[in-house]
Amino acid sequence: MKTTTPTRRLRLAMVAGLTALSVPALGVAQVPYERILDAASEPGNWLTYSGTYGAQRYSTLDQIDRGNVGRLQPAWIYQARSLQKFEVSPLVVDGVMYITEAPSDATALDLRTGRPIWSYRRSLPQGIVTCCGQVNRGVALLDDQVFIGTVDAHLVALDARTGRVRWDVEVADYELGYSVTVAPLALKDKIIVGISGGEYGIRGFLDAYDPITGERLWRFWTVPGPGEPGHDTWSGDSWERGGAPTWVTGAYDPELDLLYWGTGNPGPDFIGDVRQGDNLYSESLIALDPDTGELRWHFQFLPHDIHDYDSTQVPVLLDAELDGDPRKLVVFPNRNGFYYVLDRVTGEFLVGKPFAKQTWALGLDEHGRPIENPETIPNIDGAVVYPDDDGAANWFSPTYSPQTNLIYQNVREKGGVYYLADATYEPGKIYMGASRRVVAGEDPKGFLRALNPLTGDLVWEIAVHAPPWAGLMSTAGGLVFSGTMEGDFFAADAQTGDVLWRFQTGGAVYANPITYLSEGRQFVAIAAGNSLVTFALPE
Amino acid sequence: MPFQLTLRRDGPKCLPPERARPKTRWGVVAGCVISIAGWASPLVTAQSADMAQGRRLFESQCGSCHGPLGNGGKGANLAQPRLRRATDDQALSNIIRRGIRGTEMPGSPLTPSQVSSIAAYVKTLGRVAPEDVPGDRVRGEAVYAGLDCARCHTLGGRGGIIGPGLDDIGVRRSAAHLREALLSPEAFVPSGFLQLRVVPRDGGALTGIRVNEDAFSIQLRDLSGRLHSFWKNELDLIEPQWRRSPMTSYEGRLTAEQTDDLVAFLVTLRGDGSQ
Repeated sequence: MKTTTPTRRLRLAMVAGLTALSVPALGVAQVPYERILDAASEPGNWLTYSGTYGAQRYSTLDQIDRGNVGRLQPAWIYQARSLQKFEVSPLVVDGVMYITEAPSDATALDLRTGRPIWSYRRSLPQGIVTCCGQVNRGVALLDDQVFIGTVDAHLVALDARTGRVRWDVEVADYELGYSVTVAPLALKDKIIVGISGGEYGIRGFLDAYDPITGERLWRFWTVPGPGEPGHDTWSGDSWERGGAPTWVTGAYDPELDLLYWGTGNPGPDFIGDVRQGDNLYSESLIALDPDTGELRWHFQFLPHDIHDYDSTQVPVLLDAELDGDPRKLVVFPNRNGFYYVLDRVTGEFLVGKPFAKQTWALGLDEHGRPIENPETIPNIDGAVVYPDDDGAANWFSPTYSPQTNLIYQNVREKGGVYYLADATYEPGKIYMGASRRVVAGEDPKGFLRALNPLTGDLVWEIAVHAPPWAGLMSTAGGLVFSGTMEGDFFAADAQTGDVLWRFQTGGAVYANPITYLSEGRQFVAIAAGNSLVTFALPE
Repeated sequence: MPFQLTLRRDGPKCLPPERARPKTRWGVVAGCVISIAGWASPLVTAQSADMAQGRRLFESQCGSCHGPLGNGGKGANLAQPRLRRATDDQALSNIIRRGIRGTEMPGSPLTPSQVSSIAAYVKTLGRVAPEDVPGDRVRGEAVYAGLDCARCHTLGGRGGIIGPGLDDIGVRRSAAHLREALLSPEAFVPSGFLQLRVVPRDGGALTGIRVNEDAFSIQLRDLSGRLHSFWKNELDLIEPQWRRSPMTSYEGRLTAEQTDDLVAFLVTLRGDGSQ
C-alpha cells in the first residue's frame, strides 16, 4: 500500500483554504478536541468510542426510560456488506453516523434515514493474518476528519464529508502479523492507535499520529527494548516476539492528563519457559503522558501470563469515596475473571475480586499480584482452566451508571482444556504454543452482571444463553442495554436487572450499543449479525 | 532471523470420550493412555511421517480454534466426514492457505508441503475407516427393521426425527461406539440432542429434545416429533436432563448375535448409498 503523507504545511494550507471558502454544510463533522473533551454536555451525539474520555459508556439521555422502553421499535437497518463479525461501536455527530464495516471499510450514514452518504472501501492485499477475524471496532473523529485503522496495519485519515483519503500511513508490517482492529482515540492534537497480533509473535506498542500529516509523533513499546526499564523481565531475546498488543481503545483523564490503555498477552501465548520473567508491560494497565508517550505508571494484572488473558479491556474512570477518602479510580473487569479497582493517580492496587468462575489463580496478594494455580498450566496431557482464553470478559465494553452507582459487565463462564503444542516462530505464522478443546460435557454460561464498583460484589445478574460478546451501555432512563449470541438485543432495569424489553435481531451481537438524538428523538443503535439496527419510541 | 524453538510434545494422551477412536487406516492407535510413542507403527511410511507433521502443524497452527482433535471449539468442527466448505482436496488446501473471507478463519503463509500435510491430517479427522466386525449385515438390517429404531431415527429418507439420522452413521461412529450406544444410550448423548423437561405455567409438563434456545425463548420437540415454542417467562421450570436420552437400552433385549449383526449393519451405512 502506497503511503501518502502531505507535508504538514501543505495540509494546514489546504485546511485553512477550505475553512475560508466554505460555509460548514449540514452534516459536516466539525469535531474539535474541545467538543470531545466536553462530550458529556452534548449527549445527543456520541463523539468518541466510549461516549466520553472517562469511558463510562453512560448517557444522560432519558427520553427512553423504564416506563416506556417496552414500546421501543426498530427505526432503520443498515446492512453491512461483510459477513464477518460486525464489532463496530458507531460514532454520531451532527446528523451523521460513522461506522466501520469489516474488514477495514468506513461508512457515513444519514441519521434520519439510515441511507449511506459515503463508503470508504479498502482494497486489501492477500496474506493478512488475524487471529480472530478481520474485524474493526470503529472510527475516531477529529475536526473534519475520520480515522480508521486497517487489518493491513495502516492508519487512514478520511475527509468526513466524502470519505476520500487525506492520508494513509503504515503503522506496522502486516506480513509479520501486525494488524489494526481497534477504534483509534482522538486526543488533543493526536490520533492514538493500538496494534493487534499477539498470536503472531509481534512486539506490541501504542502510537500517536499527527492528524494533519499522518506523521508518527511517538511510540510507546509495550515490550521494552534493551536498556529500557522492564527489559530485564524478558529472558534472552524473547522480547523481540513479546506480544503485549493494544487492541482495545483506552480512556483519558484530562485533569491528570493521563492516557490509560490495557495491554494484551505475552507471546507465545501459552508457553512461559521461553520468556521467563514478569514480561512487562504485557497484561497491564499503562498510564502514559499523551503528549510524549512516556510511561507514568503501570499496573501488571498478570505477570508472566500463560493463559492468553489479554488485559485489553476498556478502563472505566470514576471518582468515589473509598474508606472515607475521595479517590480518583480506574476500574477494570479483566478478561482473567478478576474485577480490579486501582488508584488512577498512582496505579496503586486497591481491590481485586473474582466476578466470574476462575481457576487459574488461587487468589491475589496484597499488591494484587496473582497466586497462580499450577494445575492450570498448559501441559501435554491437557490442563483445564477457567475462564478459557476467550475470557470472563473481553474487548466488549462495560458500563458504569452514576445514577445507580453500579458497574455492569457481560460475563462468560466457560472453561478450556489446553494441550501444549509447538511454538516455532516464523514470520506471520501462529505463535501460541497450545491447542484447546472445550471441556467435555460442559454447558457454558453467560450473564449480564451488576457489580458494586468499589468492591466487585455481585448485586444482580441476568442469565443469558451462550457466553456473550456484546458490550453494554447505561442511560439516565434507568436502563442498561445488552445483546446476546442468539441475536437478542434487550434493555434491563439498571437498578433491579428486570428485563423490560427485548428484540430478536436475527444475528449474534458482537458490538457495543450507543444512544443519540436525531431530530430531538432518542435512538439506540446496535450492530447484530451484519446489520446495524436503530431503535426509537413510536412517534 | 526467525527464531527457532521446537518443543518436544507428546500430543494429547487422553481423547475426549466422544472420540476415543480405534484404528484408523494408517494404523494409528490413539486413545486414553496411549502417547505418541504408540504412534510409531511397525509400518513407518513416508505417508505416516507426513501425517505426523500434519498433526503437529495442526495442533500448533489450527488447534487453538479447532481443538487438538479438530472437533471444534471456537472454530468449526472438522471432525466430520464431509466438510461443508472443503468439498475436495483442492478446496481444503486453498482454505488452509488463504483462509475464508468473511469468517474468523485466517490464511497462513505455510509452504505447499506444510499445507498438504495439514490437509492430509484434517481428512483423517472424524472419519472412521471401514472395519471388520463380527456379525452379518444382512441379518442386522432385519434386526433394525424388526425393532422400533425407525420410530426415532431416519434412514434412507424414512423414519422418525427425534434422534440423529443414520444415513452416514458408519462414517461418524466406530463399531465400539455404536455397540455402546445400543447398550448404554445415555453414556454419550450426541450434541444437539439435549433432553429437557419443561413445565408451563398453565400446567402440562413436557419432555422433549431441545431444538433451539436463547436467553428468552426455547423450542423443543416432544417425543412424537411435535414442535413446541415457549417464551421462558411462560415456563415455571426448565430442566436440562444431561446424559438422558429417550432411547432405551437394548441390553438384554437383543442377543449377543443380534447385537453383532445390528452393529455390522450400522457400520456399513456410509452416506454413499452403498449399504
